[in-house]
Amino acid sequence: MEALEKREELIVIKSNLKKQQRQLFIRRFFANKLAVVGLAIIIFLILLSILGPLVISHDPYGMKVDDRLGAPSSIHLLGTDEFGRDLLSRIIYGAQVSMGVGFAVAAIASIVGMAVGLYASYYRVLDNVLMRICDGIMAFPAILLAIALMAALGASTNNVILSLSIVYIPYIARVVRSAALVVREETYIEAMKAQGASSWRIIWLHIAPNTLSPLIVQATFIFANAIIVEAALSFLGAGVPAPDPSWGNILYDGKKVIFTAWWMVVYPGICIVLSVLGFNLFGDGLRDLLDPHTNQAKK
Amino acid sequence: MLMQVDKKHNTIQPIIEPSKPLLEVNGLKKHFSVRNPLGRLEATVKAVNNVSFQLHEGQTYGLVGESGCGKSTTGRTLLRLIEPTEGEAIFQGRDIFKLRKDEFQKIRQDMQMVFQDPYSSLNPRKRIGHTLEEPLKIHGIGKKSERVDLVMDILEKVGLRMEHFYRYPHEFSGGQRQRIGLARALIVNPKLVICDEPVSALDVSIQSQIINLLRRLQEELKLTYLFIAHDISVVRHISDRIGVMYLGQMVEDAPTDSLISNPLHPYTQALLSAVPIAKPNFQRERIILKGEIPSPMNPPSGCIFHTRCPKAMKICKTDFPIIKEVAPDHFVGCHLY
Repeated sequence: MEALEKREELIVIKSNLKKQQRQLFIRRFFANKLAVVGLAIIIFLILLSILGPLVISHDPYGMKVDDRLGAPSSIHLLGTDEFGRDLLSRIIYGAQVSMGVGFAVAAIASIVGMAVGLYASYYRVLDNVLMRICDGIMAFPAILLAIALMAALGASTNNVILSLSIVYIPYIARVVRSAALVVREETYIEAMKAQGASSWRIIWLHIAPNTLSPLIVQATFIFANAIIVEAALSFLGAGVPAPDPSWGNILYDGKKVIFTAWWMVVYPGICIVLSVLGFNLFGDGLRDLLDPHTNQAKK
Repeated sequence: MLMQVDKKHNTIQPIIEPSKPLLEVNGLKKHFSVRNPLGRLEATVKAVNNVSFQLHEGQTYGLVGESGCGKSTTGRTLLRLIEPTEGEAIFQGRDIFKLRKDEFQKIRQDMQMVFQDPYSSLNPRKRIGHTLEEPLKIHGIGKKSERVDLVMDILEKVGLRMEHFYRYPHEFSGGQRQRIGLARALIVNPKLVICDEPVSALDVSIQSQIINLLRRLQEELKLTYLFIAHDISVVRHISDRIGVMYLGQMVEDAPTDSLISNPLHPYTQALLSAVPIAKPNFQRERIILKGEIPSPMNPPSGCIFHTRCPKAMKICKTDFPIIKEVAPDHFVGCHLY
């Protein structure tokens, strides 16, 4: 009977606390102006890539030979490219591809890299094997390896995602491993071992959450880099295959005509900068927010 | 030769102490190998060398000694956080060092540990309630709601409140965290708690609070403690029996009263002379040990203490002193006796 009352009281405490913490969380997130700006940019770009195709009036694939490299005008707001295709439509369609590639690569590399890093830090023998493989991958310049993988896999958007993920897994794995090596020595891990906790429980429930802060920073960096490397791949003909637009291949098409059609490099360039900036700001804010120690400091 | 000592221990012990020990450690050894980068064996660190002692139910055994003497290693080998090199530990009639991992898992519930550093012993990303619930989950005790009840009970027992359930470790002070560490050990209802310097990271005023809490819980829950500390003035307040370790070996082992009033080993005498006395005009002869503690990689020959011993004799350099029962139930390893 008494236990039941206590439990009910605890539920009240819990719901009050949850409400408080949610409010605090939101308030603290909005107190971090830069993170809010980052989130706004991300939301804007996501909306652009989802809703944009419904609004635009021009076909991103429709060529008009007499309208090549047209300057921005009332018909083509951002001008046209070297085949007379509407640049605004292509940037909006490209947003889906570029952001999609960036996000997918960051997500896959984070999940796989985290697993690799955690197990490498926990098992000594595995550490030597996994880290030497990572060293091998990292020894190649990212673009070179991506090109090689693309050549082997064939050009398609999915293969871009796959090969870039492989390229970036070691970057995540290294960061997670070094963070995990520190956490592994903490007394609370020893306390779990003293309880006889399974290594799965120790690795995923105790070590993993404590490696999230550096992981988030690294993941935002990879998101940004993936967009840029995808652009470079497109330029070399190993990226998202034409005629599909991506910010990268628009930018690199524009490079050839940079002196006559500045809009072809400026607008996709702005998009890449914006998305990278947005994710970096948001990532930093998220890291601060998820760290219980900074919660305390800012209260 | 050393086995003889153990035998002596066993034959004499039952006459004075009729109760059967809860944990009996015999000839425990832990040697660490130091290897050079090529993997060749360079030296062996004898962190724990032939340590034997007995823990009796409901009592507290204090293990003292300076940093690096192997007292923490002793505690850790008992939980098999470190695998021992040699020796046996009989817990409830079974040698825990010989058990398979899955067999030992059941015993872990009966043998819990409280750690020294209250700041790193709690996962900063877990709420206190979840940290305390975890041992129950690992040992498969109770359903979800029962576990929550148990957590609330234990919070109360260690002097914390229910609303602490959903807090994070950084919201607590050192003393409160140590209470949480204690709660984590006690929640699975253990028989034996290994306290590895549980108060040495705390303020003096908080130390006494935690010591009193430990004593109260010992009475309430019929606990047995292995209390590891470097501060003999703390250990004497809680222990029924004290073992003094030096450089991986047990040099003196006696009931607290006997050890404090009549320390026999020169090292114990030096340790006790360092304890401050709350009498301003009281002048006491301090025994200042000369030199540093020798490297356990290259321990002195004969008696390990002879390099710093104020009463060292010729024989100390060559012969290892056998542990003898000098006074009733008072064991010491020294050539003086």
